[in-house]
Amino acid sequence: MVAAPLSSLASVATPVHPWIAALLDALPVADGPATGAARDALAACGLPSRRQESWRFTDPAAIAAVAPGPLQSGSAPDHPPLSQRHFRLRLDALPQDLSSLHWPEGIDPLSAAEVASWLASRPPSEDATPEDWPALLNAACGPALLALRVRGAVPGVLELISEAGEASGVLPLRVLLLLDPDARLELLQVHRAAGSSLTSVQVAVELAAGAELRHGLVASGGADSVLLAGLTVHQQAGSRFSLTSLSQGWGLVRLEPQVVQVAGAAETRLRGLQLVDERQLADTHSRVRFDGPDGHLDQLHKVVADGRGRSVFNGAVCVPRQAQRTDASQLSRSLLLSDSARVDTKPELEIVADDVRCAHGATVSRLQDDELFYLRSRGIAAAEAARLLLRGYCQEILDDLPAAGGGWPVPSVIPAPEARR
Amino acid sequence: MIRPDAPVLLNIRDLRASVADQPILHGVNLTLRAGEIHAVMGRNGSGKSTLSKVLAGHPAYTVTGGSVTYRGADLLELDPEQRARIGLFLGFQYPVEIPGVSNLEFLRVATNARRQEQGQEELDTFAFEDLVHERLQVVQMDPAFLERSVNEGFSGGEKKRNEILQMALLEPLVAILDETDSGLDIDALRIVAGGVNHLASPDNATLLITHYQRLLDAITPDYVHVMAHGRILRTGGKELALELEQRGYDWVDAEPALVELA
Repeated sequence: MVAAPLSSLASVATPVHPWIAALLDALPVADGPATGAARDALAACGLPSRRQESWRFTDPAAIAAVAPGPLQSGSAPDHPPLSQRHFRLRLDALPQDLSSLHWPEGIDPLSAAEVASWLASRPPSEDATPEDWPALLNAACGPALLALRVRGAVPGVLELISEAGEASGVLPLRVLLLLDPDARLELLQVHRAAGSSLTSVQVAVELAAGAELRHGLVASGGADSVLLAGLTVHQQAGSRFSLTSLSQGWGLVRLEPQVVQVAGAAETRLRGLQLVDERQLADTHSRVRFDGPDGHLDQLHKVVADGRGRSVFNGAVCVPRQAQRTDASQLSRSLLLSDSARVDTKPELEIVADDVRCAHGATVSRLQDDELFYLRSRGIAAAEAARLLLRGYCQEILDDLPAAGGGWPVPSVIPAPEARR
Repeated sequence: MIRPDAPVLLNIRDLRASVADQPILHGVNLTLRAGEIHAVMGRNGSGKSTLSKVLAGHPAYTVTGGSVTYRGADLLELDPEQRARIGLFLGFQYPVEIPGVSNLEFLRVATNARRQEQGQEELDTFAFEDLVHERLQVVQMDPAFLERSVNEGFSGGEKKRNEILQMALLEPLVAILDETDSGLDIDALRIVAGGVNHLASPDNATLLITHYQRLLDAITPDYVHVMAHGRILRTGGKELALELEQRGYDWVDAEPALVELA
């Protein structure tokens, strides 16, 4: 008798986690082999746990607290009025026939054949790891794919939004953007939730040579809401990508931007601001990889942690041998406003190439006493001075959002510039 | 301008203070009447800057004895913001850079805090812009600095001009200027000193804290005090500053007997 390998024994022997089992039961029938494969992989993988390195500081308990089934639709809160420069699309209520929409000039939905060919070029990973869990969950849910091709310079801002409202359940969303050579797009991705829901979004972006994407991500959620947002970007040489993300309020939010400069010689700019309070947990796991020389990265991650909030930042930068003359900088700055808040921040630099400039740094501080005193010495009350400083701290990121956030509410901790005393 | 009958604005009596349990001030006595310009001189570590910070209410400094009254009321029991609102101003030796906070908004919030205390209407953004452009002329400052973050990337001279601009907007009754001349070239010094002279009036008092005579060439003090070891050891007219310039500070230390007279 030949002994089965341990790993396959384990996968047979381990019962499917009840939450996963219930979710898979509640999902509609898989519409293709890819979804089926993802479901098998998810069942084998179970829920992420803190025993796994990439979830070590991030308690995934909030995930299992969400009802395992499709989101029961709820009423949508008010949206900011749409300016002429913005084209808004609800990802959670995509029309059946995308080609019937009046798209901005330069944006066209991909044909079914184009989508199939792209998907075929990206077979799902055979051996899923805990790092892939959010992507796996998303694939298992088999959401409708919004796939768009962008040509030329698109005027205005494309807003892709989801609105879980008070509803409970899992909301899977999926987007593919292909930017042709020299295409230019401003994208604002907005996710909101108030109830016990899990918004799972995966966005894939391909930037051809000379293409430029300015990507904003604004996410606000409730104490029982979970957001798992994955973003994979492939940049050809000469392309430019900037991501400015802002999250607040989620019981658990995990952002996973993954950027690959497939031939180097591209520009990547990442700006993140995560605010945690009460018992919220915000996690950013970013990964930037240079697969060619002369790449450029400018990354700034900011945190405001109050209450018993927890913030996790893991910034991986991968510079293999072929990525000579890479110029990368990563800075993580955390502001601790409470003794009970906690910040875990970790740069993760894998540098093999020898002719590179890779700077990184991390600071954790409180509001600066000398700044507070300066403002107070001008008659500004302590609380107002603290608010001004806090806003100043956040402003650097807010200013970077495409079209300054399109009127979507910025976190309440940040008073409007014209706020009166 | 010395007028014996002018009202006392600030009265410091036997003031003692420490920072991080280290005693710095060992009994400072000083009286400022309306219309007067005082200069406090002394070498590094003499306690000059500590005096200014204690008066402004810096939380890192602990008053361990003595009293300070401002127009007859106890100053030391007030928060820093309250001291500013009732008319005390500290011009910082090292004005603080505050990234992300617009200088214009900072100036407006500060000005309105002071105005509210005086029972005046708060200024909206438009009215305030008119006011601030008028006051910019006092220090010949480029309006572009209003659009920047508070002091961020300002040169030394620009920071000091911004301090005097704040003074021009807040119209304090007692202005304490801590080494306002440090880091200034000749032209900037002339402009800043011109601003201070312009703002001095029979109704307010100015306390200049400085190392050097050169500021006092541009702003004529009514009194010069020499500080050492946390006390004011000598008081005289403007000629005392010239004497210090010529003889240095050593002779002050060498005359400890004067301590008892101070």
